[in-house]
Amino acid sequence: MEQFDYNTVEEAAKDLYIRALCDLPPDVREALKKASDRETQPTAKEVFKAIFKTIEIADKNKTLICQDTGLPIYMVKIGCGFPWNGYEIKTRLKKGAQRATLEFPFRGSSTHPLTRVNPQTSVGEGLPVIYFDYTKDEDYLDILMVPKGSGSENMSSMKMFYPAHGIQALKKFVVDTVFESGANPCPPGIIGVGIGGTADLVMRLAKEAIVRPVGQRHPDPEVAKMEVALEEAINAMGRGPMGLGGDISTLAVHIETAYTHITQNPIAVNTQCWPARRSKARIYPDGRVAYGY
Amino acid sequence: MTEYHLETPFSEAAIRQLRIGDIVYFNGTLFGIRDLTQIYMFDQEHKPPVSLEGMPCIHTAPSLRRVGEKWEKICIGTTTSTRMDRFSPDLIGKYGVRAIIGKGGLYEGSLAAMEKYGAVYLAIVGGAAALETQQIEDIEAVYWEHLHPEALYQFRVKDFGPLTVAMDSHGGHLFFDVRDEAKRRLPEIYKQLGID
Repeated sequence: MEQFDYNTVEEAAKDLYIRALCDLPPDVREALKKASDRETQPTAKEVFKAIFKTIEIADKNKTLICQDTGLPIYMVKIGCGFPWNGYEIKTRLKKGAQRATLEFPFRGSSTHPLTRVNPQTSVGEGLPVIYFDYTKDEDYLDILMVPKGSGSENMSSMKMFYPAHGIQALKKFVVDTVFESGANPCPPGIIGVGIGGTADLVMRLAKEAIVRPVGQRHPDPEVAKMEVALEEAINAMGRGPMGLGGDISTLAVHIETAYTHITQNPIAVNTQCWPARRSKARIYPDGRVAYGY
Repeated sequence: MTEYHLETPFSEAAIRQLRIGDIVYFNGTLFGIRDLTQIYMFDQEHKPPVSLEGMPCIHTAPSLRRVGEKWEKICIGTTTSTRMDRFSPDLIGKYGVRAIIGKGGLYEGSLAAMEKYGAVYLAIVGGAAALETQQIEDIEAVYWEHLHPEALYQFRVKDFGPLTVAMDSHGGHLFFDVRDEAKRRLPEIYKQLGID
């Protein structure tokens, strides 16, 4: 077989960033439409109208939905039949994110945490965020790209409860976190919840929860039931789109779980704004690339 | 809910008629400001080189491209206002700004200034930069260019909106009302979830 050309990964990383920023996934559009149909408050309905106009203009002009192009996150799944070089993939993802920023061009938001110097590249030390995972039978590479804006990311929260606090402490934490967030995360978006794991894993679970297509439920019926109950609870608060009051405060609550320590009961919330942006590419060993969401 | 279509500069009467929950669209001039613009303006005491009297100001850091002498838009969106709350009473009291546009709202001190001088806070739909960019027809001037992307921008806008009146000049604060109502509902919500 011919040597795999890693330029393909770089090009895909660039295209994925731009695609995610301009083209909202179909499941998010559908969820917004359904939410808008259910909304009864006049002010909230105006917010939905503006949201649909925005999506329409971004589609027509191939332009950014939101000016906050966020920090780039790439979630990579490598099939065991794919001939891969992890270092090359990592390097090319970074280059691709930087090229998207400079070539589109759009505002880069990555900044040194102490000097606050912004290189205008969207990358830097530790960025882009890259997660690697591996699948058993496939011969392809899947890359899911998520540009994470700050309005929603700033509302992230995690806590290590004790087993004695029970499940009710977890539910209350989710409700209270959303209550405190108010209008800041540009609702109605997706509330990602991680339950279990370690301190780092629980937040990663919450992040994986926000990229699940809206409308998909967790395969465990008990977890799925908890998703529905929390969705209803959050909407019952009446905070509405952009926190201006209304029936719809969230499109969905998604929960991801992992085993934890016998002495631990961790929870994390990661919020996603209404432009719940993501894009996906599947790269085959022969260099073919198929784009999706 | 009443829908208003206004022109800048806003008169005090035009602003005093607005109540929380009303929808506003407007034509005319819009000034773009951000954290640094206001630190420069108030903490470092630089007087704006253009009059803001009767004008609306929006919390933004625009993506622009410079083509010769002219600035062209790439993407202009709105940021969270609460960070810039402390400047707002002076923006209204000292420079006569009649509308502050942003997302998330401002606090009590700003509300008091709105009541005293006749100004409002207009909430825009966050994340809707594509729409906003289209409604901004032209970048007429960029003052204090060395502060870009947090300079003082003069935009010309057409049918700019929808904007929700979220703080009015009569002490009304929609974000506070919505928050207080949510707080009132919390005990019942906890009960439904089986939380003691």
